[in-house]
Amino acid sequence: MSLLRVENVSKHFGSLVAVNNISMVVEPGELRAVIGPNGAGKTTFFNLISGFFPPTSGRIVFNGEDITALKPARRVWRGMARTFQITEVFPELPVRENLRIAVEVAAGNRLNPWLSRDADGEVRARIVELMDMGGLADKADRLVGELAHGDQRATEIMMALALNPRLLLLDEPTAGMGDQETYDITQLIRKLHREEKLAIVLIEHDMRVVFHLADRIMVLAEGEPLAEGTPREIGANEAVQAAYLGKAAA
Amino acid sequence: MAGDDLQKRAATAIVWLLLLGMPFWLPAIGGYTELGARVVVLGLAAMSLNFLLGYTGVLSFGHAAYFGLGAYGAGMTIRYLVPSTSLSIIVGTLAGTIAAALIGPMIIRLRGVYFAMVTIAFGQTFYFIAFRWNTVTGGDDGLIGWTRQPLDFGFAKIDILHDSVAFYYLVLVLFAVAVGCMAWLLRSPFGRTLLAIRENERRARFLGIPVDQHIWISWVISCCFVSLAGALYALLNNFVDPRALYWSQSGDFVIMAVLGGMRSFWGPLLGAAIFVVLQDYLSSQTQNWMSFVGLFFVLVVLFFPRGVLGIIRRRAAA
Ligand SMILES: Nc1ncnc2c1ncn2[C@@H]1O[C@H](COP(=O)(O)OP(=O)(O)O)[C@@H](O)[C@H]1O
Ligand SMILES: [Mg+2]
Repeated sequence: MSLLRVENVSKHFGSLVAVNNISMVVEPGELRAVIGPNGAGKTTFFNLISGFFPPTSGRIVFNGEDITALKPARRVWRGMARTFQITEVFPELPVRENLRIAVEVAAGNRLNPWLSRDADGEVRARIVELMDMGGLADKADRLVGELAHGDQRATEIMMALALNPRLLLLDEPTAGMGDQETYDITQLIRKLHREEKLAIVLIEHDMRVVFHLADRIMVLAEGEPLAEGTPREIGANEAVQAAYLGKAAA
Repeated sequence: MAGDDLQKRAATAIVWLLLLGMPFWLPAIGGYTELGARVVVLGLAAMSLNFLLGYTGVLSFGHAAYFGLGAYGAGMTIRYLVPSTSLSIIVGTLAGTIAAALIGPMIIRLRGVYFAMVTIAFGQTFYFIAFRWNTVTGGDDGLIGWTRQPLDFGFAKIDILHDSVAFYYLVLVLFAVAVGCMAWLLRSPFGRTLLAIRENERRARFLGIPVDQHIWISWVISCCFVSLAGALYALLNNFVDPRALYWSQSGDFVIMAVLGGMRSFWGPLLGAAIFVVLQDYLSSQTQNWMSFVGLFFVLVVLFFPRGVLGIIRRRAAA
C-alpha cells in the first residue's frame, strides 16, 4: 500500500489558483523532491498535505485512510511530521526542552500531570539520541533562538523526527544556509532516509541537494504539475529545462 | 544551571516563610492581618490568571466573572443553604469552574484581543445578572445578612469569624494547595505543552498538540483557582457585591500579574501585594488612588516589561 496518495488537490485563494489539480503518490521509504520556481505552489501543496488548511477540492489518503478533513495534530498522531520554510521552533527554550516537548507528546504524555521515573528516563535517553543524531549534543542547554541558522534548522528537523513519523515533510531545509551547513543538513537527511528508512518529501531549491538525494522528483510550475520522474529523467526533460532548470542555471 | 535552581528554591523558601509569618510581622510594620489575607486571596487570583496569561500565553479580561461566581456561590451557600464555611468554598469554586468549563468551548478558538474581548462580554453578562437579580443577590447593595462560620472538625471548633489569624491560616492553606497544584502542573508534560503553545502555537499544533483542547484545560484550571480565590474573598469580607464581577476587577488582576511579572511564578503575588498596599494606603489619602496605581503600572510596563520581580532578578544577576 502506498504511504501517501494525494488525489487531484486544488487550492484557491480568492481568484488565485495556488495549487491546481495535483496528484502524487509516495511509497514507504521513498525520498521525493518537489521543485519549482518561487510561487509555484510548493509550500501550499505541503500545507494541504499536513492540514494547515483544507483543499478547495481533492482528496488526501495517508496509509489507506482518508485524512482530507483531519486537523494537523491528528495527522501528526497518524505519523506525519513537517518542518517549515521559515523555521518554527520554541526560540526562548533550550534545545533540550524543545526536543523534550516533542518526545513527550510522541510518547502519549501530552495530558499527563506526572511522569514516572522510568518514563522520564526513557524521555531523557531519547532526547540524547536525537541531539546526537542532529549534531546538537554540545548545544543542549542553549536557547534555540540564539543558535546559528543551521542549528535551528537541525533542531526543527530533530523535533519532527522525535514524533516517530512515517512521513517527513521538509520545506526548503537548506534555504539561507552556507555550503558547510547545507552539506551537514544534506548528510542528516540522507541518514534519516538510509538508516531510519523514513519516507521524506522535500521541497528544495538547491539542485545539487535534490539530484544528490531524491529517488523521484516532481516539478511544479504556476500551481500545475509540469513533470515527474527520476533525477535522470527530470534532468533530461526539455519542458523542465525551459521552465525551471534553464532559469536556475542562467 | 544548578545555581539557578538553588536560587529558585531559596526564593520559594523565602516566599513561604514570609507568608507563614505574616500575622506576626505585618502588624509590626503597621499592617493588619486582614490586609495580609487580602494580599494572599488576590495574589491567588492573580497567580491563577497568570497560569493562563504567563504560562499559556492567553489573555483573559474576564476572570472577575469566575472570581465573582466563586464569591456569590460561597455567600449564597451560607445565606440560603447551609451555614458551613467548607461547603461554601466547595460550592463557590465549583460554580465558577463549571461556568468556565461550559463557556470555554465558545471562546477557545479565539486568539489575542478577540479572546480578551469575548471574555469581557461574558463577564459583564454575569455582572448584570448579579446587579439586576435583586431578590437573590441583593443587587447593587450586595449580598448581606451572612457571615463565615466557625470551622467544625467534630473534635474541635475553630472560630475563624472572630479570630482573624485563624482565618488567615485557613486562607493560606488553601492558597498553598492551589499554588502547589499549579506549580506541579507547570513542571509536568502537560505544563510543557502549555509553554509550547505560548512560545509558538503553530509549532505546537504541528507537534501533535491539539491546541484548542489544551487551552480549554488551562482555562478551566485557571478559572477554578480564581473561583476559589473569589469564594475566599467573600468569606474575608463577609460580603459580596457585583463589583467582584465587574470588568475593572478583571483589569485589576491583569495589572497585578503584569506589575509583578507574568513570566515568573511568584510575580503576580508580589503584584497583588503592591496593589493591595497601594490601594490601602492611597485610598485613605486621595480619591484618585487608582490614577496613581495606573501611573505606576504604566511606568513598570514601559521600563520593566518583565515586571517588578524582573527588576529584582536583574539586580540579583548583576
Ligand atoms: N495563505 C495564503 N493566502 C493567499 N495566497 C497565498 C497563501 N499562501 C500562498 N499564497 C499564494 O500562493 C502562491 C503559491 O505560493 P507558495 O505555495 O508559497 O509557493 P512556493 O512555496 O512554491 O514558493 C503564491 O502566489 C502565494 O502568494
Ligand atoms: Mg515555499
